[in-house]
Amino acid sequence: MIEGALWRKWVFYNIPLILFVFVLLFPFYWMIITTFRPDGELYKPWNATSYQPFWTNNPTLEHIKYLFEETSFARWMFNTMFIALASTLISLFCGVLAGYALARLNFPWAGSLGTVIFVTYLVPQTLLFIPLAQIIRNFELGDTPWSLILTYPTFLIPFCTWLMMGYFKAIPKELEECARIDGASRWKAMIYIIIPVAVPGILSSGIIAFTLSWNEFIYALVFLSSPDQKTVPVGVTSELIRGDVFFWGPLMAGALLGSIPVAIVYSFFVEHYVSGLTGSVKG
Amino acid sequence: MAVTAVAGAEARPIPRPRRLEDERWLALALLMPTAILLGLFIAYPFFEGVLLSLTSQRVGVPGEFVGLKNFVKIWNDSIFRTTVWNTFWYTGVTTVFKLALGLWLAMLLNRHFKGKALVRAFILLPFIIPTVLSTFAWKWMFDPTFSVINWTLYQLGFITQRINWLGDPDLAMTSIIIVNIWRGVPFFAISLLAGLQTISPELNEAAAIDGARPWNRFWYVTWPLLLPVTMVVMLFSVIQTFADFQLVYVMTGGGPANATHLFATYAYQLGIGTGLLSEGAAISLAMFPFLFIIVVVQLLYIRRVETR
Repeated sequence: MIEGALWRKWVFYNIPLILFVFVLLFPFYWMIITTFRPDGELYKPWNATSYQPFWTNNPTLEHIKYLFEETSFARWMFNTMFIALASTLISLFCGVLAGYALARLNFPWAGSLGTVIFVTYLVPQTLLFIPLAQIIRNFELGDTPWSLILTYPTFLIPFCTWLMMGYFKAIPKELEECARIDGASRWKAMIYIIIPVAVPGILSSGIIAFTLSWNEFIYALVFLSSPDQKTVPVGVTSELIRGDVFFWGPLMAGALLGSIPVAIVYSFFVEHYVSGLTGSVKG
Repeated sequence: MAVTAVAGAEARPIPRPRRLEDERWLALALLMPTAILLGLFIAYPFFEGVLLSLTSQRVGVPGEFVGLKNFVKIWNDSIFRTTVWNTFWYTGVTTVFKLALGLWLAMLLNRHFKGKALVRAFILLPFIIPTVLSTFAWKWMFDPTFSVINWTLYQLGFITQRINWLGDPDLAMTSIIIVNIWRGVPFFAISLLAGLQTISPELNEAAAIDGARPWNRFWYVTWPLLLPVTMVVMLFSVIQTFADFQLVYVMTGGGPANATHLFATYAYQLGIGTGLLSEGAAISLAMFPFLFIIVVVQLLYIRRVETR
């Protein structure tokens, strides 16, 4: 690249980048600072003279304590984790098999089935939640984790399948043919040769599927009703707002703690996450 | 001899391992779990949703077949018309900003500097963290009485009176749009960055040597090569935004005075909140033709761009 003077580098690159990072991360800073700020400081009007919004000298754990003592927050965390893990595993199982079939097997309508998968990938949850709520009730799954474990795969499987198709297509045909010549069956070649090679793809889809199910809201909001069954996003929304009163301290504490598992998983697998995300876009 | 052997094999049931040797049987077996789940929880509810929207069912009232009456009713509903307008405005404005800012951020990241991996990892956070939870942080920042944004603007001398971000219909829509852009820019930036990295820097250098100015280099070299990725990113983003629910539900719940509803939030309010199941289903389904057109147009366009 042709490098200009130092000030140009700052004006055109560094300062805009710093601004971007600041704006993108500020809400999280605000979440953290609110979590540890005592109520007395939180509820000072914005134009009060002694208002010091960006720092607190009296950090407190009262909001986190409230969260665990007065609400079923720990239970919500467990529910969300269980639902996210179970639906991710189901979706990976289905998605890997379907992706393999669509990418590497010759059978009638393989192409059009691939298109069908892509189109279901684009079906938003908000299109079907009302009839789906009735179906869940008819199957007597309402207010159980299974209502979500079985419905989350509807948006996770198409995604996993689509991503895995990309990974499977990139594996050379010869690899499988060698195994077949050595006497492996079609099935064994898939299980022992191709799937191990596609592990990075499986990891990517799994991580993205996990974050997507942790993030899901409308199905959880509609299908679950008792406080003990709720997931973190729904529990925080429905139990920490009473009428018009927002419990901002515990709310932000809940938002912060509820984000941490996703953030941890993400931080361990950033590269897989990014490659999955960009892989899904390249298609 | 050979003929009889084949005929004999067909007559006997094929043992299972042999059957899985046949690619068609194997494909059927591998696709079965996916087909069952998607059929049960996408195709079936879609079908049920269409039927439901043609009846007068409410919570506790089975209802009867009423034809297109629900659709006529929502068509004459002024809140529904506002909803349609809102959805298009919301989708259009946010997409333009997400694309512009995302592209800008991608170009800022597309060079070597210290801590690049760390910056990239942090930038994706708004996209990773559950939307409902981060939207609550924004709602708190937009709070009418305790807004930190108002405080900052006041301290900098831009305002003397508070801005009631979520209380005024136009400002509420703007606030929602800001949050959506905030959440969407990382996805655009990271995807477009991946696209940018596939473009050989030699192309830009060659154009520079030929005397092309930066803007022309971008417009005639980078942008056309980036177009396929851009189109796919736009397709995902437009659909997600058009069908958005959580952001509006948390920020305003469709208020003030039903001024900020999107299809999904209005469908939820009528279908689940008020219990008018079939009307809610009709509003949800009203999204379908729009989504269908968006998908078809964009897929055709992507195909054209890719085969060019």
